[in-house]
Amino acid sequence: MKSQIRIASGQGFWGDLLTAPIDQVTKGPVDYLVMDYLAEVTMSILQKQKRKDARLGYAKDLIPLIEQILPTCVERNIKIITNGGGVNPQSCSEAILAVARRLGVKNLKIGVVGGDDILDRIPVLRSQQIELRNMETGEPLDDVLDRLESANVYFGAWPIVEALQKGAQIVITGRTTDTGLTLAPMIFEFGWGATEWNKLAAGTIAGHILECGGQASGGNFAGDWKSVPDLEHIGFPIAEANPNGDVIITKHADSGGMVSVQTVKEQLVYEIGDPKNYITPDCVADFTSIRLNQAGENRVSVSDIQGRPSTPFYKVSMAYLDGFTAFGTLTYSWPDALEKAKRADEILRARLSQLGLHFEEIRTEFLGYNSCHGPLAQELQDPNEVVLRIGVRSRDAGAVERFGKELAPLILTGPPAVTGFAGGRPKPKEVISYWPALIPKTAVSPEVSIDQL
Amino acid sequence: MRIQLRQICHARSGDKGDTANVGLIALREEYYPVIARYVTAERVKKHFEGIVLGSVERYEMPNIGALNFLLHNALGGGGTKSLKNDAQGKTLSAALLRMEIETEESIKV
Repeated sequence: MKSQIRIASGQGFWGDLLTAPIDQVTKGPVDYLVMDYLAEVTMSILQKQKRKDARLGYAKDLIPLIEQILPTCVERNIKIITNGGGVNPQSCSEAILAVARRLGVKNLKIGVVGGDDILDRIPVLRSQQIELRNMETGEPLDDVLDRLESANVYFGAWPIVEALQKGAQIVITGRTTDTGLTLAPMIFEFGWGATEWNKLAAGTIAGHILECGGQASGGNFAGDWKSVPDLEHIGFPIAEANPNGDVIITKHADSGGMVSVQTVKEQLVYEIGDPKNYITPDCVADFTSIRLNQAGENRVSVSDIQGRPSTPFYKVSMAYLDGFTAFGTLTYSWPDALEKAKRADEILRARLSQLGLHFEEIRTEFLGYNSCHGPLAQELQDPNEVVLRIGVRSRDAGAVERFGKELAPLILTGPPAVTGFAGGRPKPKEVISYWPALIPKTAVSPEVSIDQL
Repeated sequence: MRIQLRQICHARSGDKGDTANVGLIALREEYYPVIARYVTAERVKKHFEGIVLGSVERYEMPNIGALNFLLHNALGGGGTKSLKNDAQGKTLSAALLRMEIETEESIKV
């Protein structure tokens, strides 16, 4: 057993800093690179791509990235774990194998974790009395059944552990929890058991700290943000994990940003619910047991974590089509900028109403004034400029399209000193809404396979 | 003593569906009892009048000197459905730091 492993966060979301994973594997020693690519909206986008081309449906950015880092990872024996396989981890693996062949890499094993995509199985599951009701509202799935775009089970760390046990140097998964990506190498290297709840919770919390990349190492830091050094070269967080579950959060020495008790605290509270019950497929972690200490410059120790048994359910994330939206902006200048923007909004709304168009919602915000804090925003004294931002939503795509055609006319038929319409007409965009549900763990099973070069 | 939360706290917010969460963190250990006493779920709900349309839940995390607030029905439908510029509630953390509390005790800020 290794006495310690270093797990590096490479991406906090699909679209994150492209240089981060390269820095993580080149600027200092690490054993694992973990990359989270999947937000909820991502799965339905990928599902659409796969429907057009059966070889797509994964995070395409991953392939040129692997091409850049694979030789280093092979040379230094760094394992890569990512959920960038999206709705097609098998094709993602094949694309990586093609890259590896081109690079002349030998003896590469890629672990592929699938089985999370249950879209086609929904009728069968429902015939087995698995209702898939909305776990937040209690509504029955029938309400949206004919509009479903994707349905994926969140698997945890164990299928990744299986792939690592089979010798995988790269593990590509579909819908896996962000925390599972980091927990898996700890289970694998330290031989943790399936009921060692405190350790599993410790690895889960390390995963929570790593899952948003630079947001734990000085990015988006609301404390003394001006004191964060060299964000230009921000180092993403690294977890130094120990067999007993104690973890040090740090970053490479030759990098910017900052790892402090405060930056880690901010990431701990990010997107959590009841802190005593942080539920994952692997365990229930208690965030009120965490002890943090500054253990050196850019080193924070995370210890004393308590966990409890996992639940008998997986979470399922489903997405369904839910109408259309469009957004448009116009910029009004001094004098009376806000007054002009408000008048333009009034005129536009009256015209939409005269056309008899139906919208579920029309929302007006004034950027530079109240789009962040609404009624809490302080009054402006004669601002230099104000951006009018109007959004509409409707089941009727035609109404949304027509809204897009009513915006530009305001330039010549509304209040004066207006600009900023270079982007053209706002285009209707499909709204994808979420349907979270629970499914008994016994009803689905992850599929782990190995592709070999 | 009148204090704006900005003087004694930092915060981060995010989203889950149409619910936003704001983690309010005391800048110093001695500020935690102050926010635990004065920043109640009711006061936060009143602060966010017109923004948070549902209920407000509060959870305590004394181990890291933080409170976690769940703001229900706060994001205009959430996700891609929301028409808000801040559809994910990323700036609601800063909005909570605008809140002022009146303390009986005097606090060194």
